[in-house]
Amino acid sequence: MAAAAAAAVLPTSPTTARAQAGTAESFETAQQAIVRGRTPRTGGIAIDMPPLSENGNSVDVSIRVDSPMTAADHVRAIHVLSPKNPHPRVATFHLGPRAGRAEVATRIRVATTQSIVVLAETSTGALLRAEREVIVVLGACVEGG
Amino acid sequence: MEPAAARITVPQAARRGEIVEVRVLVRHPMERAIDAPGLTPRPRRIVHTIRATYAGEEVFRMDLSPGIAANPYVAFRTLAVESGDLVIEWIEDGGAVHRQAARLTVS
Amino acid sequence: MTARRARAIVAAALALAAAAPVPAAEIRPSHEFLSPTMQAQQDDPSRHPGWLWVDEGESLWSRTPAPGRNSCAACHGGIDAMRGVATRYPAVAADGSLLNLEGRINRCRTRHQGEPPHPYESSPLLSLAAAIAQRSRGLPMAVAVDGAAAPSFELGRYLYDERQGQLNLSCGQCHDEQVGRRLRGDTISSGLGTGYPAYRLEWNALGSLHRRLRACSIGVRAEPFAAGSAEHLALELYLAFRARGLPVESPGLRR
Repeated sequence: MAAAAAAAVLPTSPTTARAQAGTAESFETAQQAIVRGRTPRTGGIAIDMPPLSENGNSVDVSIRVDSPMTAADHVRAIHVLSPKNPHPRVATFHLGPRAGRAEVATRIRVATTQSIVVLAETSTGALLRAEREVIVVLGACVEGG
Repeated sequence: MEPAAARITVPQAARRGEIVEVRVLVRHPMERAIDAPGLTPRPRRIVHTIRATYAGEEVFRMDLSPGIAANPYVAFRTLAVESGDLVIEWIEDGGAVHRQAARLTVS
Repeated sequence: MTARRARAIVAAALALAAAAPVPAAEIRPSHEFLSPTMQAQQDDPSRHPGWLWVDEGESLWSRTPAPGRNSCAACHGGIDAMRGVATRYPAVAADGSLLNLEGRINRCRTRHQGEPPHPYESSPLLSLAAAIAQRSRGLPMAVAVDGAAAPSFELGRYLYDERQGQLNLSCGQCHDEQVGRRLRGDTISSGLGTGYPAYRLEWNALGSLHRRLRACSIGVRAEPFAAGSAEHLALELYLAFRARGLPVESPGLRR
């Protein structure tokens, strides 16, 4: 096995390069780029989010995709999209069989009440899709700065 | 400028083949770009990549956007294959790379 | 506010002191106003971003500021020796000045480390205060408000009861009279400040109690006092007294 710095890497996504270039793609463009003409299956994705967010600056998201996570059949990417955010492509998680389980969590910024979209791609070429609504309320003592 | 630092949480010990949870908290403001009339322009400055290397392979990678909350938090799973360092690497806009390791003890 | 006006207020307040006891029975610990999710996160160092500042503070504690100077550890030993300290602050120093934790840290820097004070709200100062306060987490607040502290205490009580801003509200009108009621997306707490320095989602960062008090003033459209000001220190002492017997929650997690 090569040393850590030159170790085998998981497949790259074009997100990083595009995002660094400063262009914010629309939700439709982002979703189309991920879907690539496939018909997504519903089911197989569990999204855990609070129905009401304490503060849109930080909303917990926990995602689990049903998968045996074997070399032959595993989740290779989980995409999170926020249709009403300035940057709809929020994050992509790259996994492989060494994950053991396709389960990730993070905290996202939610600009306004909307349905968060999760797309999961498997190594067999399958595409799964799920949505979850989150309501954003306005806090009281805000500095505005 | 904030110090480059992270908190990595792994179980104290694991059995070979066990699926363990890794939690990472990275100190970073995740500054969105500001480019609006009346406001001082400011470029985007975020962590755009967090990756984990363990037992010779990259076992996890996350592409982050300005839509990830400040002081990014991520949790993921990995198979406990052998005792060794789980190295978390995070990369900022501008190319700075930071690394921090946590020891996984596997029996 | 001039020192002369402050003394006049204190004299008047002392004359009325007996008539206005602090309503201790209705005061609830700050964490009771958090949702179960936020409470769980506040208690989870693997997910609570405030701990990133505690980590920085622990690192600064052992750092020698310059060759030949003392680190905090050189005089105080390990930072765990700070257990209990935050429960007694703000406190009056030997020279009569009222100091909060931040003030005490900066006094150490200037008098014992030969270093300039950290600016209020700077990351090093917040981190050191968070790391020190964290050592008192769970311990009951127990500040002294008699003797040399009495004038500051009475000034703090006066400021707490005084209406301010375009909305013409005093602290007590929300934090005593309306506790538990909703204000837009927030639930009004007893306003104790026991979780500070706290990571506030609104700030995307850890911040001081004085920063939070400024946000309160702006919320009622009043001109806020400066961070580190005598008014904020007096209020901080009064709030600490209101919180007597209730646990330190630093680093807190707040909306």
